[in-house]
Amino acid sequence: MSDQTKEHTPTITVADQRVASQKGEREFMMDVRTQDLEVNMGPQHPATHGVMRILIRADGELVTGAQPHLGYLHRCAEKIGENVEWLQYLPYTDRYDYLAAMNNNLGYSLAVEALLGIEIPRRATMLRTICAELNRIASHLVAFGTYGLDLGAFTPFLYCFREREWLLMLFEKICGARLTYSYLRIGGVFNDAPPGWLEEVAYFCDVFEEKWAEYRDLLMLNHIFIKRTADIGVITPAQALDFGLTGPMVRGSGIDWDLRRDMPYMIYGEICDANVFDVPLGTGEQGQLGDCWDRVYVRVQEMMESIKIVRWCLENIEDGPTIAELPKVLRVPPGEAYVGIENPRGELGHYVVSDGGKVAVRCRVRGPSFCNLPILEDIMPHTFLADSVAIIGSTDVVIGETDR
Amino acid sequence: MNDGNAIYRFLQPLAPDFVGDWGVVVTAAMVGVGIVVAIVSVIAMVSVWLERKVSAHIQCRYGPMYVGGWHGWAQTIADGVKLLTKEDLIPVGADRMLFMLSPSILLGALFAAMAALPLAPAFYFGWFDLGVFMILAFSSLTTIGVVMAGWASNSKWSLYGAMREAAQVVAYEIPLGVSLLAPLLVAGTFNLVEASHDQADFFGMGWFVFKNPFVAAASVVFFIAVLAETKRAPFDLPEAESELVAGFLTEYSGIRWSFFFMEEYAAMFLMSAVTAFFFFGGFESPFTYLAHEAFGDGIGYQLVCFATLAVKGFAGIFLMMWLRWTLPRLRIDQVMTMGYKYLTPIALLCVLGAGLWEGLKYALF
Repeated sequence: MSDQTKEHTPTITVADQRVASQKGEREFMMDVRTQDLEVNMGPQHPATHGVMRILIRADGELVTGAQPHLGYLHRCAEKIGENVEWLQYLPYTDRYDYLAAMNNNLGYSLAVEALLGIEIPRRATMLRTICAELNRIASHLVAFGTYGLDLGAFTPFLYCFREREWLLMLFEKICGARLTYSYLRIGGVFNDAPPGWLEEVAYFCDVFEEKWAEYRDLLMLNHIFIKRTADIGVITPAQALDFGLTGPMVRGSGIDWDLRRDMPYMIYGEICDANVFDVPLGTGEQGQLGDCWDRVYVRVQEMMESIKIVRWCLENIEDGPTIAELPKVLRVPPGEAYVGIENPRGELGHYVVSDGGKVAVRCRVRGPSFCNLPILEDIMPHTFLADSVAIIGSTDVVIGETDR
Repeated sequence: MNDGNAIYRFLQPLAPDFVGDWGVVVTAAMVGVGIVVAIVSVIAMVSVWLERKVSAHIQCRYGPMYVGGWHGWAQTIADGVKLLTKEDLIPVGADRMLFMLSPSILLGALFAAMAALPLAPAFYFGWFDLGVFMILAFSSLTTIGVVMAGWASNSKWSLYGAMREAAQVVAYEIPLGVSLLAPLLVAGTFNLVEASHDQADFFGMGWFVFKNPFVAAASVVFFIAVLAETKRAPFDLPEAESELVAGFLTEYSGIRWSFFFMEEYAAMFLMSAVTAFFFFGGFESPFTYLAHEAFGDGIGYQLVCFATLAVKGFAGIFLMMWLRWTLPRLRIDQVMTMGYKYLTPIALLCVLGAGLWEGLKYALF
């Protein structure tokens, strides 16, 4: 034994000894000394879904403390927003939540449009809704698939990516990009859908409905999967509200809060009036309310609700222009605006301030992954190491967005 | 039957006089070692390729398709050559001695266990009256290699992997050994060839699982314990790549890493073969029966026996792969619960039942 090891051996305090002797375990306490192990999960770790580092203090397999450390992927997105023109910032929004770039484009565009006070053509709004909802499905497919991966089930991941691949192909057809679209932009969308695209989306919806049931039966209702996720990482409704969680994280705890319905933007008000979709909530079906299973199942159900919205849009879409008339060099009237939208991960808020110039004075982003992350510190202790992986997966963080 | 192994019998008439008996024995031993090493390598190679293809087809992919032409059959050879040429990395702070020793211990133990496996009724490396005992003993020894690797790596993830392996093996050795007692009661021998011969009735279908219902139940327990013993999903906790990065393998690279891989796949074959010998007929099948009718004990019969064993072994491997690519991983406490609370009592009940059944059969008929 080296000197270093000796230094780290914890001394047994008098109080410990007293407690132990009361229990008649004094000798045991003197002989067996344990010390907590500090493990860095990440920044390079398969379960952290990117370059996040979680400092875990563990007593053997039991996690006694966890602290997320962020900032490995910080790219100064907000500062860049204060230095480039309004339209030029759009591609940067793609990069923070790279799994839901359409939604990011949408949030930023809506915030700037709120300042501009312009009318968006109806066809553009419809295309925006379709793209945003399809992107939600694509994002949830990754969340669901990688969650299976975290628990050691490889195959559902590849099944999910098969459907996601189709979605990415659809996006490629409409805007030429597979991941960073910049398709929804200030004033509308970049261009109209190519001929036959909408029919293909309808076909996708039909096929996906069948596959969805398959995936649900394959993974969500798998006995081992339920054993691994039910009653793990329980977030009580009160906790969810205290931490300001949004998106599937808060809905998994049974709190009925969806910005698409409760603070409608674009045509979501109209969609809600037509009673097109429901907001799935966690019910504690397999365990306690707000456990990992509930959160994941909320995401799985949301995919189906998105399909309903897409179908409604496909029925109601009409011909017309797809982008509003805007000057080449955009000057936004002075003022400030905050628009929050329902990103796949929760409330994505853009707060923009303009002084009437070509660039923003402030461009602040409220990222859902970032705001959903601190709960880890509360729910990870007193779980097993394998559970901590399940919990991180169920928060569905995208590190690009927590760090921006 | 104990007349030296087949290699010795083959070499003895060919050897010149001055070599003497000891020279033949040594030569036969060296040839035997060569054959075991070759078999382990070939099994590992074929299994890795099979795993990639099986997983690919389960996941709607093709897997390797180019190297070697036909469905990428040579992919594993290419990978092996790549691994050989890789830099041999030993982390700073690692216990160099143990770090380098552990793959050798692992593989050495496996070779020793393989030596007790007869490849055909007349082709064995040694006539072991306690053959299955030797296989189980040596394959448990591989655990020491894993724990050693985890400890020597000087990485916390590796240590976790090693501790999990130790805990898991301790929990599953018991059901593994106990459930094997059920067919041993029926067979009345530890010797694999003799156990196989006992199942030759009913046109080669007199397998122990059909002879005694409790052996059939024990076969399920045994197979689950084998999964845990060979670190296969859903019991692949020692390497659990989404939790422990790669567990005890984290710091290994190059050829040392491939030793672990070889061990894993060869152990899968070995344990599948043991399952086949004591539950599913060993060499016996209707084809073996027909071959025996046609060739007697000749070379044709031996080849059919070898083929039957290979098919049964690879069927077991295929089942393990199928499970791996279908099921999520269990948690360590669930693994322990299953081992101690369920499998061990069930295995004991199977032994009791099998014993009573055999006793009744003996008393009544």
